[in-house]
Amino acid sequence: MQHNRAPGLSHKDLFLGFFEAGVLGFGGVLPIARRVVVEKRRWLTQEQFNELFSLCQSLPGANMVNFSFAFGARNQGLSGAAVAVLGILAAPMAIVMVFGGLYARYGTLGPVRHALAGLAAAAAGLMLGAGLKIAGPVLRQGRNIGIAAAVFVLVVGLRLPLPLVMLLVLPVSLVLAARAVK
Amino acid sequence: MNILAQLALLFGKLSLMAVGGANATVPEIARQVVSVRHWLTPAQFAQLYAISNAAPGPNVMISTVIGAHVAGVAGGIVATLAMILPSGLLVIVVSKGFERHAGARWQKVARAALLPITAGLVLAAALVLTMQSVSGWLTACIAAGCAVLSWRSRLHPLWLLGGGALLGLLML
Repeated sequence: MQHNRAPGLSHKDLFLGFFEAGVLGFGGVLPIARRVVVEKRRWLTQEQFNELFSLCQSLPGANMVNFSFAFGARNQGLSGAAVAVLGILAAPMAIVMVFGGLYARYGTLGPVRHALAGLAAAAAGLMLGAGLKIAGPVLRQGRNIGIAAAVFVLVVGLRLPLPLVMLLVLPVSLVLAARAVK
Repeated sequence: MNILAQLALLFGKLSLMAVGGANATVPEIARQVVSVRHWLTPAQFAQLYAISNAAPGPNVMISTVIGAHVAGVAGGIVATLAMILPSGLLVIVVSKGFERHAGARWQKVARAALLPITAGLVLAAALVLTMQSVSGWLTACIAAGCAVLSWRSRLHPLWLLGGGALLGLLML
Protein backbone atom coordinates (compact mmCIF):
# COMPACT_ATOMS: atom_id res chain seq x y z
CA MET A 1 0.00 0.00 0.00
CA GLN A 2 2.22 2.78 -1.28
CA HIS A 3 -0.32 5.45 -0.43
CA ASN A 4 -0.03 4.66 3.26
CA ARG A 5 3.52 5.96 3.36
CA ALA A 6 3.69 9.55 4.41
CA PRO A 7 6.71 11.13 2.69
CA GLY A 8 9.76 12.09 4.68
CA LEU A 9 9.09 10.57 8.09
CA SER A 10 12.42 10.24 9.84
CA HIS A 11 13.27 7.81 12.63
CA LYS A 12 13.01 10.72 15.02
CA ASP A 13 9.50 11.61 13.79
CA LEU A 14 8.40 8.02 14.21
CA PHE A 15 9.83 7.74 17.70
CA LEU A 16 8.37 11.02 18.93
CA GLY A 17 4.92 10.46 17.43
CA PHE A 18 4.54 6.99 18.90
CA PHE A 19 6.16 8.05 22.17
CA GLU A 20 3.41 10.64 22.59
CA ALA A 21 0.73 8.03 21.88
CA GLY A 22 2.27 5.60 24.40
CA VAL A 23 2.87 7.95 27.30
CA LEU A 24 -0.59 9.54 27.06
CA GLY A 25 -2.45 6.32 26.31
CA PHE A 26 -4.24 5.73 29.59
CA GLY A 27 -6.97 3.13 29.37
CA GLY A 28 -6.20 2.22 25.74
CA VAL A 29 -3.81 3.69 23.20
CA LEU A 30 -6.14 3.70 20.17
CA PRO A 31 -7.90 7.07 20.74
CA ILE A 32 -4.72 9.00 21.43
CA ALA A 33 -2.77 7.29 18.64
CA ARG A 34 -5.55 8.16 16.20
CA ARG A 35 -5.39 11.76 17.33
CA VAL A 36 -1.60 11.93 16.94
CA VAL A 37 -1.35 10.11 13.60
CA VAL A 38 -4.47 11.49 11.87
CA GLU A 39 -5.31 14.87 13.39
CA LYS A 40 -2.17 16.31 14.88
CA ARG A 41 0.62 15.10 12.58
CA ARG A 42 -1.51 14.24 9.53
CA TRP A 43 0.61 11.21 8.67
CA LEU A 44 -2.48 9.33 7.46
CA THR A 45 -6.04 10.23 6.53
CA GLN A 46 -8.77 8.73 8.70
CA GLU A 47 -9.49 6.24 5.94
CA GLN A 48 -5.86 5.15 5.62
CA PHE A 49 -5.65 4.85 9.39
CA ASN A 50 -8.75 2.65 9.42
CA GLU A 51 -7.35 0.42 6.68
CA LEU A 52 -4.07 -0.20 8.45
CA PHE A 53 -5.74 -0.57 11.84
CA SER A 54 -8.18 -3.07 10.41
CA LEU A 55 -5.27 -5.16 9.10
CA CYS A 56 -3.63 -5.04 12.53
CA GLN A 57 -6.90 -6.15 14.13
CA SER A 58 -7.29 -9.16 11.87
CA LEU A 59 -3.86 -10.47 12.89
CA PRO A 60 -2.84 -11.63 16.40
CA GLY A 61 -1.09 -9.28 18.82
CA ALA A 62 -1.84 -6.02 20.57
CA ASN A 63 -3.48 -3.79 17.95
CA MET A 64 -1.54 -0.60 18.51
CA VAL A 65 1.78 -2.41 18.90
CA ASN A 66 1.05 -4.13 15.59
CA PHE A 67 0.16 -0.75 14.12
CA SER A 68 3.53 0.65 15.24
CA PHE A 69 5.35 -2.29 13.64
CA ALA A 70 3.48 -1.95 10.33
CA PHE A 71 3.58 1.85 10.10
CA GLY A 72 7.24 2.07 11.15
CA ALA A 73 8.23 -0.64 8.63
CA ARG A 74 6.41 1.11 5.80
CA ASN A 75 8.25 4.34 6.42
CA GLN A 76 11.75 3.24 7.33
CA GLY A 77 11.91 -0.54 7.05
CA LEU A 78 12.79 -2.77 9.99
CA SER A 79 14.69 -0.01 11.81
CA GLY A 80 11.62 2.22 11.44
CA ALA A 81 9.47 -0.50 12.96
CA ALA A 82 11.92 -0.89 15.84
CA VAL A 83 11.94 2.85 16.49
CA ALA A 84 8.14 3.20 16.38
CA VAL A 85 7.63 0.23 18.72
CA LEU A 86 10.31 1.52 21.08
CA GLY A 87 8.52 4.86 21.02
CA ILE A 88 5.12 3.49 21.96
CA LEU A 89 6.48 1.12 24.63
CA ALA A 90 9.41 2.96 26.26
CA ALA A 91 7.54 5.23 28.67
CA PRO A 92 4.73 2.77 29.56
CA MET A 93 7.27 0.01 30.25
CA ALA A 94 9.35 2.26 32.50
CA ILE A 95 6.25 3.49 34.35
CA VAL A 96 4.73 0.05 34.84
CA MET A 97 8.04 -1.37 36.09
CA VAL A 98 8.32 1.45 38.65
CA PHE A 99 4.73 0.70 39.75
CA GLY A 100 5.61 -3.00 39.93
CA GLY A 101 8.69 -2.24 42.04
CA LEU A 102 6.63 -0.15 44.45
CA TYR A 103 4.09 -2.97 44.59
CA ALA A 104 6.75 -5.56 45.45
CA ARG A 105 8.11 -3.29 48.16
CA TYR A 106 4.98 -1.77 49.74
CA GLY A 107 2.18 -4.00 48.44
CA THR A 108 1.66 -5.77 51.75
CA LEU A 109 1.29 -2.65 53.92
CA GLY A 110 -2.27 -2.40 55.29
CA PRO A 111 -3.66 0.68 53.50
CA VAL A 112 -1.84 -0.13 50.26
CA ARG A 113 -3.21 -3.68 50.37
CA HIS A 114 -6.75 -2.38 50.74
CA ALA A 115 -6.39 0.11 47.89
CA LEU A 116 -4.90 -2.61 45.68
CA ALA A 117 -7.78 -4.98 46.49
CA GLY A 118 -10.23 -2.29 45.35
CA LEU A 119 -8.11 -1.53 42.28
CA ALA A 120 -7.97 -5.20 41.29
CA ALA A 121 -11.73 -5.59 41.65
CA ALA A 122 -12.24 -2.49 39.49
CA ALA A 123 -9.87 -3.88 36.82
CA ALA A 124 -11.78 -7.17 36.83
CA GLY A 125 -14.99 -5.18 36.33
CA LEU A 126 -13.39 -3.28 33.43
CA MET A 127 -12.48 -6.58 31.77
CA LEU A 128 -16.06 -7.79 32.20
CA GLY A 129 -17.36 -4.52 30.72
CA ALA A 130 -14.98 -4.95 27.76
CA GLY A 131 -16.15 -8.54 27.33
CA LEU A 132 -19.80 -7.46 27.30
CA LYS A 133 -19.05 -4.70 24.79
CA ILE A 134 -17.31 -7.15 22.46
CA ALA A 135 -19.86 -9.92 23.00
CA GLY A 136 -22.95 -7.77 22.51
CA PRO A 137 -22.79 -7.34 18.72
CA VAL A 138 -20.88 -10.58 18.12
CA LEU A 139 -23.28 -12.91 19.87
CA ARG A 140 -26.32 -12.08 17.75
CA GLN A 141 -25.48 -15.02 15.47
CA GLY A 142 -25.81 -18.66 16.44
CA ARG A 143 -22.40 -19.75 15.17
CA ASN A 144 -20.75 -16.99 17.17
CA ILE A 145 -22.52 -17.99 20.38
CA GLY A 146 -21.40 -21.60 19.88
CA ILE A 147 -17.76 -20.64 19.27
CA ALA A 148 -17.61 -18.14 22.14
CA ALA A 149 -19.26 -20.60 24.54
CA ALA A 150 -16.92 -23.41 23.48
CA VAL A 151 -13.87 -21.17 24.07
CA PHE A 152 -15.21 -20.07 27.46
CA VAL A 153 -15.87 -23.63 28.64
CA LEU A 154 -12.56 -25.02 27.34
CA VAL A 155 -10.60 -22.20 29.02
CA VAL A 156 -12.30 -21.76 32.41
CA GLY A 157 -14.21 -25.03 32.71
CA LEU A 158 -11.68 -27.59 31.50
CA ARG A 159 -8.71 -25.25 32.01
CA LEU A 160 -7.06 -26.41 28.80
CA PRO A 161 -3.89 -24.61 27.62
CA LEU A 162 -4.64 -21.79 25.18
CA PRO A 163 -2.60 -23.32 22.28
CA LEU A 164 -4.76 -26.45 22.49
CA VAL A 165 -7.96 -24.41 22.65
CA MET A 166 -6.94 -22.47 19.53
CA LEU A 167 -6.03 -25.68 17.74
CA LEU A 168 -9.49 -27.07 18.48
CA VAL A 169 -11.62 -23.98 17.89
CA LEU A 170 -9.86 -21.86 15.26
CA PRO A 171 -10.27 -24.27 12.29
CA VAL A 172 -13.99 -24.67 13.03
CA SER A 173 -14.43 -20.91 13.40
CA LEU A 174 -12.53 -20.24 10.16
CA VAL A 175 -14.67 -22.70 8.20
CA LEU A 176 -17.89 -21.24 9.60
CA ALA A 177 -16.70 -17.69 8.90
CA ALA A 178 -15.57 -18.56 5.36
CA ARG A 179 -19.05 -19.88 4.65
CA ALA A 180 -20.78 -16.86 6.16
CA VAL A 181 -18.61 -14.10 4.64
CA LYS A 182 -19.45 -13.33 1.04
CA MET B 1 15.59 -23.65 32.81
CA ASN B 2 16.88 -20.11 33.18
CA ILE B 3 14.08 -17.80 34.31
CA LEU B 4 14.53 -15.36 31.40
CA ALA B 5 14.34 -18.24 28.92
CA GLN B 6 11.16 -19.43 30.64
CA LEU B 7 9.61 -15.97 30.32
CA ALA B 8 10.63 -15.72 26.66
CA LEU B 9 9.12 -19.12 25.86
CA LEU B 10 5.92 -18.49 27.83
CA PHE B 11 5.11 -15.10 26.30
CA GLY B 12 6.56 -15.95 22.88
CA LYS B 13 4.11 -18.82 22.62
CA LEU B 14 1.23 -16.54 23.54
CA SER B 15 2.12 -13.78 21.09
CA LEU B 16 0.51 -15.42 18.08
CA MET B 17 -2.54 -16.39 20.14
CA ALA B 18 -3.40 -12.87 21.23
CA VAL B 19 -6.42 -12.71 18.96
CA GLY B 20 -8.11 -9.33 19.25
CA GLY B 21 -5.35 -8.10 21.57
CA ALA B 22 -3.29 -9.09 24.59
CA ASN B 23 -6.34 -9.37 26.89
CA ALA B 24 -7.27 -12.61 25.13
CA THR B 25 -4.19 -14.23 26.66
CA VAL B 26 -4.93 -13.19 30.26
CA PRO B 27 -6.59 -16.52 31.24
CA GLU B 28 -3.60 -18.47 29.91
CA ILE B 29 -1.06 -16.14 31.55
CA ALA B 30 -2.95 -16.57 34.84
CA ARG B 31 -3.02 -20.36 34.45
CA GLN B 32 0.70 -20.50 33.70
CA VAL B 33 2.06 -18.11 36.33
CA VAL B 34 -0.38 -18.99 39.12
CA SER B 35 -1.40 -22.65 38.74
CA VAL B 36 1.44 -24.20 36.74
CA ARG B 37 4.53 -22.28 37.86
CA HIS B 38 3.39 -20.84 41.23
CA TRP B 39 5.21 -17.56 40.62
CA LEU B 40 2.25 -15.57 41.94
CA THR B 41 -0.80 -16.08 44.16
CA PRO B 42 -4.20 -15.48 42.52
CA ALA B 43 -4.58 -12.19 44.42
CA GLN B 44 -1.10 -11.05 43.35
CA PHE B 45 -1.92 -11.80 39.73
CA ALA B 46 -5.14 -9.79 39.88
CA GLN B 47 -3.32 -6.88 41.52
CA LEU B 48 -0.44 -6.88 39.02
CA TYR B 49 -2.95 -7.02 36.19
CA ALA B 50 -4.74 -4.03 37.74
CA ILE B 51 -1.45 -2.13 38.05
CA SER B 52 -0.70 -2.74 34.37
CA ASN B 53 -4.14 -1.33 33.63
CA ALA B 54 -3.59 1.81 35.68
CA ALA B 55 -0.39 2.66 33.77
CA PRO B 56 -0.52 4.17 30.28
CA GLY B 57 0.32 2.11 27.22
CA PRO B 58 -0.91 -0.89 25.26
CA ASN B 59 -2.35 -3.99 26.94
CA VAL B 60 0.95 -5.89 26.55
CA MET B 61 2.02 -4.13 29.78
CA ILE B 62 0.69 -7.24 31.57
CA SER B 63 3.72 -9.13 30.21
CA THR B 64 6.06 -6.31 31.31
CA VAL B 65 4.77 -6.17 34.87
CA ILE B 66 4.81 -9.95 35.33
CA GLY B 67 8.25 -10.35 33.75
CA ALA B 68 9.60 -7.59 35.99
CA HIS B 69 7.99 -9.05 39.10
CA VAL B 70 9.51 -12.46 38.41
CA ALA B 71 12.97 -11.46 37.13
CA GLY B 72 13.53 -7.70 37.49
CA VAL B 73 13.99 -5.15 34.71
CA ALA B 74 15.59 -7.73 32.38
CA GLY B 75 12.58 -9.99 32.95
CA GLY B 76 10.19 -7.18 32.07
CA ILE B 77 12.03 -6.41 28.86
CA VAL B 78 12.38 -10.07 27.81
CA ALA B 79 8.72 -10.87 28.51
CA THR B 80 7.53 -7.81 26.58
CA LEU B 81 9.75 -8.48 23.56
CA ALA B 82 8.64 -12.12 23.49
CA MET B 83 5.03 -10.99 23.63
CA ILE B 84 5.29 -8.48 20.74
CA LEU B 85 7.95 -9.77 18.32
CA PRO B 86 6.29 -12.83 16.74
CA SER B 87 3.00 -11.03 16.07
CA GLY B 88 4.82 -7.84 15.05
CA LEU B 89 6.97 -9.63 12.47
CA LEU B 90 3.86 -11.35 11.12
CA VAL B 91 2.16 -7.97 10.68
CA ILE B 92 5.17 -6.56 8.84
CA VAL B 93 5.33 -9.54 6.49
CA VAL B 94 1.60 -9.50 5.78
CA SER B 95 1.37 -5.74 5.31
CA LYS B 96 4.30 -5.84 2.88
CA GLY B 97 3.21 -9.00 1.10
CA PHE B 98 -0.18 -7.70 0.11
CA GLU B 99 -0.02 -4.47 -1.81
CA ARG B 100 -3.76 -4.05 -1.54
CA HIS B 101 -5.40 -5.92 1.25
CA ALA B 102 -7.85 -3.32 2.53
CA GLY B 103 -11.23 -4.97 2.51
CA ALA B 104 -9.73 -8.21 1.15
CA ARG B 105 -11.91 -11.25 1.71
CA TRP B 106 -9.30 -13.08 3.82
CA GLN B 107 -9.35 -10.15 6.21
CA LYS B 108 -13.12 -10.26 6.61
CA VAL B 109 -13.00 -14.03 7.14
CA ALA B 110 -10.19 -13.70 9.70
CA ARG B 111 -12.05 -10.97 11.60
CA ALA B 112 -15.31 -12.92 11.53
CA ALA B 113 -13.56 -16.08 12.75
CA LEU B 114 -11.59 -14.33 15.49
CA LEU B 115 -14.33 -12.11 16.95
CA PRO B 116 -16.30 -14.87 18.73
CA ILE B 117 -13.02 -16.40 19.98
CA THR B 118 -11.95 -13.00 21.32
CA ALA B 119 -15.37 -12.59 22.97
CA GLY B 120 -15.06 -15.99 24.66
CA LEU B 121 -11.49 -15.32 25.80
CA VAL B 122 -12.18 -11.83 27.18
CA LEU B 123 -15.23 -13.10 29.10
CA ALA B 124 -13.07 -15.96 30.41
CA ALA B 125 -10.44 -13.42 31.44
CA ALA B 126 -13.13 -11.43 33.25
CA LEU B 127 -14.23 -14.52 35.19
CA VAL B 128 -10.64 -15.43 36.11
CA LEU B 129 -9.85 -11.90 37.31
CA THR B 130 -13.15 -11.66 39.20
CA MET B 131 -12.54 -14.92 41.05
CA GLN B 132 -9.02 -13.75 41.92
CA SER B 133 -10.00 -10.30 43.13
CA VAL B 134 -13.45 -10.58 44.71
CA SER B 135 -13.06 -11.52 48.36
CA GLY B 136 -16.18 -10.06 49.95
CA TRP B 137 -19.24 -7.91 49.38
CA LEU B 138 -17.34 -4.66 48.86
CA THR B 139 -14.99 -5.99 46.18
CA ALA B 140 -17.95 -7.73 44.55
CA CYS B 141 -19.83 -4.39 44.42
CA ILE B 142 -16.76 -2.59 43.01
CA ALA B 143 -16.32 -5.20 40.27
CA ALA B 144 -20.02 -5.25 39.38
CA GLY B 145 -20.29 -1.44 39.42
CA CYS B 146 -17.21 -1.01 37.21
CA ALA B 147 -18.48 -3.68 34.82
CA VAL B 148 -21.81 -1.90 34.34
CA LEU B 149 -20.28 1.58 34.14
CA SER B 150 -17.61 0.60 31.62
CA TRP B 151 -20.15 -1.35 29.58
CA ARG B 152 -22.87 1.30 29.52
CA SER B 153 -21.20 4.67 30.04
CA ARG B 154 -18.32 6.50 28.40
CA LEU B 155 -16.57 7.21 31.68
CA HIS B 156 -12.78 7.06 31.36
CA PRO B 157 -11.38 3.81 32.83
CA LEU B 158 -8.98 5.72 35.08
CA TRP B 159 -11.93 7.14 37.05
CA LEU B 160 -13.21 3.62 37.66
CA LEU B 161 -9.78 2.28 38.68
CA GLY B 162 -9.24 5.30 40.95
CA GLY B 163 -12.70 4.97 42.45
CA GLY B 164 -12.16 1.27 43.13
CA ALA B 165 -8.82 1.93 44.83
CA LEU B 166 -10.32 4.73 46.93
CA LEU B 167 -13.28 2.61 48.03
CA GLY B 168 -10.90 -0.21 48.98
CA LEU B 169 -8.69 2.19 50.91
CA LEU B 170 -11.55 3.78 52.83
CA MET B 171 -13.86 0.85 53.46
CA LEU B 172 -11.84 -2.38 53.60
